[in-house]
Amino acid sequence: MNRYPLWKNLLILVVLVTGFIYTLPNFYGESPAVQVMPLRSHLKADTQLLATVEQTLRDAQLTPDVISLDANSVKARFADTDSQLKAKDVLHAQLGDDYVVALNLLSRSPAWLTGMNALPMYLGLDLRGGVHFLMQVDMKAALDKALESASGDFRSTLRDARIPYSGVTRDGDVLLVKFRDADARSKGEVELKQRFGGMQFDNKDAGRDYLLQAKLTQKEQLRIQDSALQQNLVTLRNRVNELGVAEPVIQQQGVDRVVVQLPGVQDTARAKDILGRTATLEVRLVDDRNIGANSVAPFGTEVFKERDGTPVVVKKSVILTGERINDAQPGFDSRNNEPAVHINLDAVGARKFKEATRENVGKRMAIILFEKGRGEVVTAPVIREEIGGGRVQISGQMDTTEATNIALLLRAGALAAPMEIIEERTVGPSLGADNIQRGFDSTKIGFFMVAAFMIAYYLMFGTISVLALGANLLLLIALLSMLQATLTLPGMAGIALTLGMAIDANVLINERIREELRNGVPPQMAISTGYENAFATIIDSNITTLIAGVALFMFGSGPVKGFAVVLCLGILTSMFSGVMVSRALVNLIYGRKARLNKVAIG
Amino acid sequence: MEFFRIKKDIPFMSYGKLTTTISLVTFLLSVFFLATKGLNFGVDFTGGTVIEVHYAQPSDTKKVREELAGIGLADALVQHFGTTHDVLIQVPLKHNKMGANLSEQVLAALRVSDEVELRRVEFVGPQVGKDLVEDGSMALLLVSLGIVGYLWLRFEWKFGLAAIIANLHDVVIILGCFAFFQWEFSLSVLAAVLAVLGYSVNESVVVFDRIRENFRKMRKTEVAEIIDNAITRTMSRTIITHGSTQLMVLAMLLLGGETLHFFALALTIGIMFSIYSSVLVASPLLIMFGVSREDFIKPEKTESEEVLP
Repeated sequence: MNRYPLWKNLLILVVLVTGFIYTLPNFYGESPAVQVMPLRSHLKADTQLLATVEQTLRDAQLTPDVISLDANSVKARFADTDSQLKAKDVLHAQLGDDYVVALNLLSRSPAWLTGMNALPMYLGLDLRGGVHFLMQVDMKAALDKALESASGDFRSTLRDARIPYSGVTRDGDVLLVKFRDADARSKGEVELKQRFGGMQFDNKDAGRDYLLQAKLTQKEQLRIQDSALQQNLVTLRNRVNELGVAEPVIQQQGVDRVVVQLPGVQDTARAKDILGRTATLEVRLVDDRNIGANSVAPFGTEVFKERDGTPVVVKKSVILTGERINDAQPGFDSRNNEPAVHINLDAVGARKFKEATRENVGKRMAIILFEKGRGEVVTAPVIREEIGGGRVQISGQMDTTEATNIALLLRAGALAAPMEIIEERTVGPSLGADNIQRGFDSTKIGFFMVAAFMIAYYLMFGTISVLALGANLLLLIALLSMLQATLTLPGMAGIALTLGMAIDANVLINERIREELRNGVPPQMAISTGYENAFATIIDSNITTLIAGVALFMFGSGPVKGFAVVLCLGILTSMFSGVMVSRALVNLIYGRKARLNKVAIG
Repeated sequence: MEFFRIKKDIPFMSYGKLTTTISLVTFLLSVFFLATKGLNFGVDFTGGTVIEVHYAQPSDTKKVREELAGIGLADALVQHFGTTHDVLIQVPLKHNKMGANLSEQVLAALRVSDEVELRRVEFVGPQVGKDLVEDGSMALLLVSLGIVGYLWLRFEWKFGLAAIIANLHDVVIILGCFAFFQWEFSLSVLAAVLAVLGYSVNESVVVFDRIRENFRKMRKTEVAEIIDNAITRTMSRTIITHGSTQLMVLAMLLLGGETLHFFALALTIGIMFSIYSSVLVASPLLIMFGVSREDFIKPEKTESEEVLP
């Protein structure tokens, strides 16, 4: 009765071997490395970049241990920090500003392991050191700005349509347009409704004034907030690239928050400075006479580069700045269905733009993004006709991805909704290393104490329990490595805790077996009923802990979430190892004996 | 080796009055300390800035305080953290206006005269703290409801209710200890409390399982005796399991460093009390709720049993 069928033994073996392989990368440790990532969308991390990096390193007489190419970067691993830093300098000098050259740590695990996606556990910031920021986007400011610019647009729309009105005022989140008679109001309503689809209009009479009340619809508010957030995400990504961080995390959290994690960054002052900077956008006319000529810009002009590196000569006088851009969205040209970017200017911007385009039909204009005092031409389209009404469309020679990127950049260049750092967690590298050591030590010591006790108390069955516990640890680490779940210090505490709790299953089983034996049941029978009776209890007690783990995962943040992940995974692995693995071992040892008179259970 | 070779069942239920009194007293004391002293909430919940620095030489907190007063942070809390080389500086939230660069200013001020290494900075804004309190309460509520629901499904509502009361009693006692000693209550302590809640329910589940089994096996026995028997026979397992978990937590408490200290401490108290509560609080509650054989076995089956000679 105490025999597992072959397939069950094989299954357990396969699981354990897989677990062992995926645990392996954690033992090799890490070496300093540099990581080269292209900054521009038209540059790819390809074999050519790989060759350039190899050549550059060879010229500098640096020999990396390994150099590899992955989806979006080239990584080179070195034996020591000295060559790593040297490599960073020569690569940066060679590749220039179009690439990020970041310092990183790479696992020393052999290529065949990396090839099968067996990676070491992903360490959280509290273990590897780095900065964590939580930033709050000021959504009220985004909505205020939308209303503010709408009120200007109301005026110009009514003026253009020659509808008499006596004023547009803002009252909280409501715009009030004052008319002198009902007729003007109904005309105005028709005109405004047509242009402002995202607003809801209501008639309201107050005394002798005929008022039209306009509010942003719920849907439009959500769209404005979402686009403000997306815009900020893009801006942050661009800026973080400048910091040269190997694996930055920039993520939306909730409706109005952004998480920025910069592993390995110690200079928080610089990080904050770069993240908090505002970019500006300018629209200027292109001076086409001088394009591609000598590098000296003629009087009254400046030279900027396009994203692909082509120089563009532009006039110094500014037509308008990014503050005049209300919105920019990717879309399609209504005439020929080509991808296009639709820009929406505010009233002042529309007027200036109209004047500028009227006088310069056939010429090009450039939209330039200034960041950190350096300008870059986002796009330089030809002016085909006079453009009035503040609705501008840029089209031609772009695909949909590019249209999306340009739209985002235009928005990012325009004033993004302000952001505020509402949470910061910085962990120095020495504390990170200490934390790893402490977590490791406490798990190790705890494990040995429990193992010593179990073996002394339950003899052979105790040894089996300890082996099962070891299998549990192995599988847990393998799962964490496979899922690349973030391991934090509380997560390491979670490993220790789940090990302590996992032994419960074996204690339950062993106690049951002892009890059966005491009642005079023959050993084989006692083992079998012991396992069976304990099983229901093990399931019950694990499920309640699992409930706690899931709730912690749902509501916990940061480090606590790390703890919850480990707790949940640990419960799953402990059920497997505590019941299946230990049973398989018991079966292998005792199951074959036909006449078993005594078992070593203390 | 065997620690618990108990021949006769221990009459736990007859100590009902005593244990209920003990529970009630500790519980009320905890509530009293929670109400009067309150929890010493950490920066996670209150908001503010915590900066941990490491000095190459042993440091003098008085000097650190003076240096901080020099940049307008006279009310910063300065204390040694583990060793005299490590200093923990807590700055209240009202200095938030100094901007996100508070930590740099502090470091610059300290570096004037000493060699100081930055170990850790935690800044939590007021909004975040509020959210964490809300999320924490939600998690506590969800765990409680989940456990009651599961035990109800698996056993009977009486069991679910008894278990959750017993375990919330543990939670209140942990919180009471943190209030009494004014230990810092941080996010990780909250995680520990919730883990204890899930973990100590285990204990009740094991005892309840036995009680159910006994109701089926021991047909003629009194309810109290059935419970006594269940507790006595699971006692060995209870002590050994909790002992093992406690060994792990002990290693964490001693070797885990300052960051895990209060986390491990909360777990320790939780483990100690969960032994007591699941045995001596949950089970008397069961009797109080009037648990009976009929909760598990259909009446007609009992009748047919009674016809037998």
